[in-house]
Amino acid sequence: MTTPLAQIRNFSIIAHIDHGKSTLADRLIQACGGLESREMVDQVLDNMDIERERGITIKAQTVRLEYKAADGQVYTLNLMDTPGHVDFAYEVSRSLAACEGSLLVVDASQGVEAQTLANVYQAIDNHHEIVPILNKIDLPAADADRVKAQIEEVIGIDASEAVPISAKTGLGIPDVLEAIVKRLPPPRGEVDAPLKAMLVDSWYDTYLGVVVLVRVVDGVLRKGQKVRMMGTGATYEIERVGVFTPKMRDLTQLSPGEIGFITASIKEVADTRVGDTITDDRKPTAEALPGFRPAQPVVFCGLFPVDAAEFEDLRTAVGKLRLNDASFTYEMETSAALGFGFRCGFLGLLHLEIIQERLEREFNLDLIATAPSVVYQMTLTDDSTIELHNPADMPEVTKIEEIREPWIRATILTPDEYLGSVLKLCQDKRGVQIDLSYAGARAMVVYDLPLNEVVFDFYDRLKSVSKGYASFDYQITDYRPADLVRMQILVNSEPVDALAMLVHRTRAESRGRAICEKLKDVIPPHMFQIPVQAAIGGKIIARETIRALRKDVTAKCYGGDATRKRKLLDKQKEGKKRMRQFGKVEIPQEAFIQVLKVEG
Amino acid sequence: MSATEPGFGIYLHWPFCAAKCPYCDFNSHVRHDPPDQARWARALTAAIAHDAALVPGRTVTSVFLGGGTPSLMAPATVGAVIDAIAGHWRLASDVEITLEANPSSVEAERFRGYRAAGVNRVSLGVQALNDADLKSLGRLHNVEEALKAIGLARETFPRLSFDLIYARPKQTVEAWTAELRRALDFAADHLSVYQLTIEEGTRFADLHRLGKLVTPDEDTAADLYEATRGLLEAAGMPAYEVSNHAVPGAECRHNLVYWRYGEYVGIGPGAHGRLVLGDGRHATADEKVPERWLQRVETQGHGRTVDDLLTLDEQGDEYLLMGLRLAEGLDLARFETISGRALDPSRLADLTGHGLVEITPDGRLRATPAGFAILDAIVADLAA
Ligand SMILES: Nc1nc2c(ncn2[C@@H]2O[C@H](COP(=O)(O)OP(=O)(O)O)[C@@H](O)[C@H]2O)c(=O)[nH]1
Ligand SMILES: C[S@@+](CC[C@H](N)C(=O)[O-])C[C@H]1O[C@@H](n2cnc3c(N)ncnc32)[C@H](O)[C@@H]1O
Ligand code: SF4
Ligand SMILES: [Mg+2]
Repeated sequence: MTTPLAQIRNFSIIAHIDHGKSTLADRLIQACGGLESREMVDQVLDNMDIERERGITIKAQTVRLEYKAADGQVYTLNLMDTPGHVDFAYEVSRSLAACEGSLLVVDASQGVEAQTLANVYQAIDNHHEIVPILNKIDLPAADADRVKAQIEEVIGIDASEAVPISAKTGLGIPDVLEAIVKRLPPPRGEVDAPLKAMLVDSWYDTYLGVVVLVRVVDGVLRKGQKVRMMGTGATYEIERVGVFTPKMRDLTQLSPGEIGFITASIKEVADTRVGDTITDDRKPTAEALPGFRPAQPVVFCGLFPVDAAEFEDLRTAVGKLRLNDASFTYEMETSAALGFGFRCGFLGLLHLEIIQERLEREFNLDLIATAPSVVYQMTLTDDSTIELHNPADMPEVTKIEEIREPWIRATILTPDEYLGSVLKLCQDKRGVQIDLSYAGARAMVVYDLPLNEVVFDFYDRLKSVSKGYASFDYQITDYRPADLVRMQILVNSEPVDALAMLVHRTRAESRGRAICEKLKDVIPPHMFQIPVQAAIGGKIIARETIRALRKDVTAKCYGGDATRKRKLLDKQKEGKKRMRQFGKVEIPQEAFIQVLKVEG
Repeated sequence: MSATEPGFGIYLHWPFCAAKCPYCDFNSHVRHDPPDQARWARALTAAIAHDAALVPGRTVTSVFLGGGTPSLMAPATVGAVIDAIAGHWRLASDVEITLEANPSSVEAERFRGYRAAGVNRVSLGVQALNDADLKSLGRLHNVEEALKAIGLARETFPRLSFDLIYARPKQTVEAWTAELRRALDFAADHLSVYQLTIEEGTRFADLHRLGKLVTPDEDTAADLYEATRGLLEAAGMPAYEVSNHAVPGAECRHNLVYWRYGEYVGIGPGAHGRLVLGDGRHATADEKVPERWLQRVETQGHGRTVDDLLTLDEQGDEYLLMGLRLAEGLDLARFETISGRALDPSRLADLTGHGLVEITPDGRLRATPAGFAILDAIVADLAA
């Protein structure tokens, strides 16, 4: 029943986005007969609509494969496909903790990119054995030797035996499977020791309730067993035990080295703590696993229904999403301008966009998202310290002793020709250069930057100044004092709290001007002139005027066809529904999104 | 009848034209073979009989033969329908009977026939007094023919109006005011002056989308509109509706029925009506395709394909849409009766504050000159 440890290999696939992780996973599943060909779709492990449409992996996925190796033995391979985007770096880290080795996929036509580095360093920190894979060698631009040299030079690992493949055509897949078996180490563990298993991930399934992904380290995890979560202290009776092939398959037990799922009448994802140690309730292990830091939301914004009557629907929707995504947080918020909504926390801007899109699509809601904000720390004059998630909650200036903002360390790889623009961008964003070196023809720059500057439009601008060739990764490092001011936006002389933001004093004016200009473009002319202003305290720092409508009247009356005119009127009303009334001004939903995208 | 009593009107639609104008999205059709006038006359009179049974006992204050090009109707056909109307309802002693005519299809003989059949007012589609523009508007007549038609109509009928279209591509305020001044030399006591509208599905719309037809921008359109109103007002023909001007007392009675949100019967392909029946106000419309309309009437006695009972909100919206187009505005008490609601006082206060509408001492809400230019936005603000 128990698979001998020597016949198990647990590994992650890590790569920069689009280098071919998911496609390689598809090929491995196919080669091991995990799915019949009619069940096979591209990027089969990306099962959310958004993952498929955007071609990105958001949730790490696990699959157990049976592989008959050249030595005649049958091996159990546990594969984890991980997300590539920085926002989901946290998912990568816990997958890595559950494995002994990694396949490092590098696009042989592109070479090492920022997330290649970020992910491979994590794998090294987890003491992984690493097999470099050179993918896409079917492309004419592929240059395996150059990329091999680059891997050795930049990452400092031996790439002489890197496996050249094409995940697309299937070329080299048998070599990958052999490399997994021969070069990656088997897990270690004691079958007779008390149960010690790592809670790798959990999610909510409509039919099964909470499903927990586990990696057994020592002992055996059995159906019917009473287990205890060492971190939370909660105890559960295991209902189902099984593995993903990638379809769910029930087993009676999981042994050391194995990765699989359990269900145990757990009500909410929030009841489980990722990284927790699962042990036998009666015969517990003496020592828990080290665990890992929970994912902390770093970007916050308010989400409000365009139609105030949809607030309850929004409440239900965020609750349901949270069941599946514990890294997303929310609490109720009221805005003078937008009414009731939620202040939500996200792992990054992509995470924010994805959650917003899922709320709109899966729950059919129209939302307004307010300007994203990072978490600020403040020391007040009475020596207390607070965390600020919402510019609207900013205390009076006289009560603030010091404001600190989060900083990141960013690694950017860019072709040499764009280096000048990239450096200028970082400088404009208040960056501090830490390092500049070369990796082949690519420059690698390391910068410390305020996260606040990055959440707005850094990624978009980096892509545009480098024509899409620069790659970027970051991690939050520390909090540093900052000279920040709260900027208000006034429309028709009334402050719109949803547009208020904290900005660095030196950048307030240019950003204020850019926002006023943008609003002038996106707010349609009304029956009267509308001043749009940016202000700090009582001081106006930028101003634009939206001209009044001059001509808007149907000339021809179409005889008695009042129906036609009424239908046009109804269309106009539909348009108005997608706007929000602020005082006497109607601001289109789109304006809030556009404002986030302004440069300045 | 009090000063602002809507009256009861009959609209008849003649759906044929000699050619399709590139800006026009009215229900007008070009047919190779001329329609069978006798057959149409029979169908129209049958449809009139059908509606007379629905709304009997009214006194008809106006009849309007619109199109399409009703001046392509044989005088006998016109006579037959007017007789049918007179046979089913009582005609007011001062009944207004208008026929729309295209200058290209005007003949002295036919005009005398229409007059003999009872037509007492003609509305001529002049559109422009400039040959180049008439051509680009796709019209079949030139300025000389237009002026001849105007002269003939003035000789034949007691009342005459003609239509002009402005805000044509590249038109300047100077050129337009000069043209409008010339038009005034020929005008009787009524003029309809429409801003060129790009309507979906027309050839102009295609050209517009491709950038091959550029209409004046919002500011120029506003200037043209103001210039039109100023000039015609000074000439003693103030605007009594957004696009309609008349010497006071010479307003088109029939159009007033629509704008005062009165009761009117709509007969003929694509015609619309508003009928007040036992259960409330109905919106009606007839089949649009001429041949199908004819068949329907011949098989079932009427050409109606739409008959909807309007909700209070819909009626309120329609009264707003129509009533505010008039210089006299709408009656607030009647609005409340029709819609079952009062207009939002804070919105009214805002609009009044911005100088866009005013409330008269006798309880009417009306747009100011500034308000007329942006009436659609005002209506959208006040609608349900
Ligand atoms: N030409 C070529 N394209 C590939 C190959 N492997 C993956 N791709 C394409 O590269 C894109 C990104 O692949 P995907 O597996 O989603 O990358 P991931 O973001 O790392 O998961 C997709 O359009 C794939 O079809 C390959 O070997 N050759
Ligand atoms: C339905 S037409 C009938 C009159 C007649 N068939 C003719 O064209 O001479 C009524 C008037 O509407 C106006 N009209 C039609 N289409 C228009 C448009 N797209 N923009 C502005 N006015 C228009 C013209 O002035 C036209 O005379
Ligand atoms: S003649 Fe009049 S109704 Fe006929 S197509 Fe031209 S504008 Fe339209
Ligand atoms: Mg992927």
